Amino acid sequence: MNASSSRVDAQSGARLSSGLSMRQKQVLWAWSFLAVPVLFYAVVRFYPTLEAFWIATTNWNLLTKPSFIGLANFKRLMADPVFWQVFRNTALYLLLGTPISLLLAFTIAYHLDRVRFLHGFIRALYFLPFLTTAAAMAWVWRWFYQPVPIGLFNNLLAGLGIAQQPFLRSTTQSLPAVLAPAIWAGLGFQVVIFMAGLRAIPTTYYEAARIDGVSNGTILRRITLPLLKPTIVFLVVFSSIGFLRIFDQVYNMTSQTSSDPGGPLNATKPLVLMIYQTAFSSFDMGYAAAQTVVLFLVLLAVSLLQLRLLRDR
Amino acid sequence: MRGFRGMLLGLMVSVGAVAGAKAQTVEIEYWQYVFDARVKAMNELIKRFEAANPTIKVKQTTFPYADYQTKIAAAMPAGQGPDVVQLFYGWLDNFVGAKFIQPLPRDAFPPAAIEKDFYPIVSAMKRDGEYYALPTAVRSLALFYNKKLFQEAGLDPNTPPKTVDELLDMAKKTTKRDGAGNMLSAGITLDFPGQDYHWWRETLLRQNGGAPYSDDNKTVTYNSEAGAKSLNWYADLQRVHKVGQVGFMDEGQAAFRAGRAAMTIDGSFRLGAFGGIKAFEWGVAELPASADGKKANFASYWVNAITTKPTGEKLEAAKKFLAFVTTPEAMQLWLETVGELPARKEAAETEKNLNHPVYGPFLKALGYSHATVFVDEMAQRQVSLDMINRVLLQNQDAKAALAEAAKAEQPILDRFYKK
Repeated sequence: MNASSSRVDAQSGARLSSGLSMRQKQVLWAWSFLAVPVLFYAVVRFYPTLEAFWIATTNWNLLTKPSFIGLANFKRLMADPVFWQVFRNTALYLLLGTPISLLLAFTIAYHLDRVRFLHGFIRALYFLPFLTTAAAMAWVWRWFYQPVPIGLFNNLLAGLGIAQQPFLRSTTQSLPAVLAPAIWAGLGFQVVIFMAGLRAIPTTYYEAARIDGVSNGTILRRITLPLLKPTIVFLVVFSSIGFLRIFDQVYNMTSQTSSDPGGPLNATKPLVLMIYQTAFSSFDMGYAAAQTVVLFLVLLAVSLLQLRLLRDR
Repeated sequence: MRGFRGMLLGLMVSVGAVAGAKAQTVEIEYWQYVFDARVKAMNELIKRFEAANPTIKVKQTTFPYADYQTKIAAAMPAGQGPDVVQLFYGWLDNFVGAKFIQPLPRDAFPPAAIEKDFYPIVSAMKRDGEYYALPTAVRSLALFYNKKLFQEAGLDPNTPPKTVDELLDMAKKTTKRDGAGNMLSAGITLDFPGQDYHWWRETLLRQNGGAPYSDDNKTVTYNSEAGAKSLNWYADLQRVHKVGQVGFMDEGQAAFRAGRAAMTIDGSFRLGAFGGIKAFEWGVAELPASADGKKANFASYWVNAITTKPTGEKLEAAKKFLAFVTTPEAMQLWLETVGELPARKEAAETEKNLNHPVYGPFLKALGYSHATVFVDEMAQRQVSLDMINRVLLQNQDAKAALAEAAKAEQPILDRFYKK
């Protein structure tokens, strides 16, 4: 290296950068900053996602090399009664969970919006469950549901002279019993978002409506709800995805050191839990990947459908 | 150029020196999962082994139970992994199939000697005449009973039930309920996902003259008269006699520990947990025999095997280490530290051990125990759970429940043995 050659380098460098337009330079800068997260996502998110599609067509137990078996995993899935039960459960979590939680959250937000006394405190109380670890909460609720003498609910029932309920030990009551804390946990977040949405509606609309003597019901239907649409769309999509991939509550409430996650008789098992068990208990990776692909397609379909239905006309 | 060549030469010499030094001490790696008492016992064994074999160093690596299989599966193909590995006996076929472990060298572990010295349950480690792994310790089931509750019910606290009929009778006497009929204390815990599913499959079923699987293990055979009889007997504990209730106090062992169950069936591995009970005295008894005196029990164990990784010196070192951890001395240490039973008859059946009030009943069971050969323990367990749930929650007839379970479990076996 000598002085003259470095001068040449500097000149050619200057020529190179001056050859780019302002816009090209901006793009270059943007991409050089984006490179790290893009690379990160490509390696830890997108590549494994694509890989899952490939694994879904193989028979692989982690120990031996994957062998290609075409669509056999999907055929097995279609013929697996557990899969359909699990599919039904997942749909129930979604179809019960989303409307109930949104309705509750809206009702609470709508009324809380009018409360001035201790407003912040009450709002904090509603938000509190959202801050709690799902596993801790699930365990507390699991104990609530126990039979006499340790279960809170059954002790209350027994105290009132009503027969004990099996709750988690029933094929019909267990799914709602698991869903309840899941709804309760997400409620605070939804209430806060709804309240933000309500606050964002200009008060002038309400004032005008009152001057015209419009009833509260009409205000709600004609002003509040239509203007809340973006909030509702966001919450519907967000909570639907949440309920479609419910796991923590189910796993913690139905399993123990050596038990029956998603039971009894698969009555509470969601798709994600089935995937987990197939992959990490039975080490049947190909079959688990096939289930993952199905979950991916379901999530995609539900999200697209909701965005389309709730889109502004 | 000359400088480079000199450097290369120097490098080669130093590599040679390192290799030479290595030849004097061989390091082998041992893997097991994290369980405090086991890790402690193994550390002590390694210390003793290294003292006896100063040229061999053993490095112990442990992983959480949940990740254990995955780690082995990831490390072995990459040529890393352990030289000697601990695995659950039910995983053997997968490990052999994946060529992770090699048959035990016949010079150090002659099959005839293994068969003579170890309990017959280790035959589950034999494939095509070759043994692939050996246990240090084994576990069996026994009946734990709460002496205080026995006394309160007017029973002799030193006479646990000897037959299933006596068990039922004593369970009836020790069950406590409130005025509305809600259970306050169980006569016997019903915890199928705990150990009861082993109790039903390997004890109750066999006592009624049945067998869970065919001798080659490829066919489900519990769908039989004996199956229905034993399943009904078990389910009647809740359905008819109401001496236990699935889910009472969440888990069987929790109910027992809280002093709210007079009896529970559990494994020797529970001794540590029950050892902390202060509120009452408890005893251990052999699993009750059938009315005609037939005994059966379930044994399970973890084994140590040599992986396909070590060759030459390392293989020799691995052989020595495996031989050491399966000596009577190592087994006695394991019993005292972990509470698991010696796998060699000679080490197990000492006067002291057999008369031990806690270990004795477990040890006596080893002579008549069966080790179920699982191909997918979790999936097979799920089939049994679903079966008992259909009977207890949905009032399905025992015969229909067994038929449905057999229909679900047979494909699991077929898928495995087809490979």
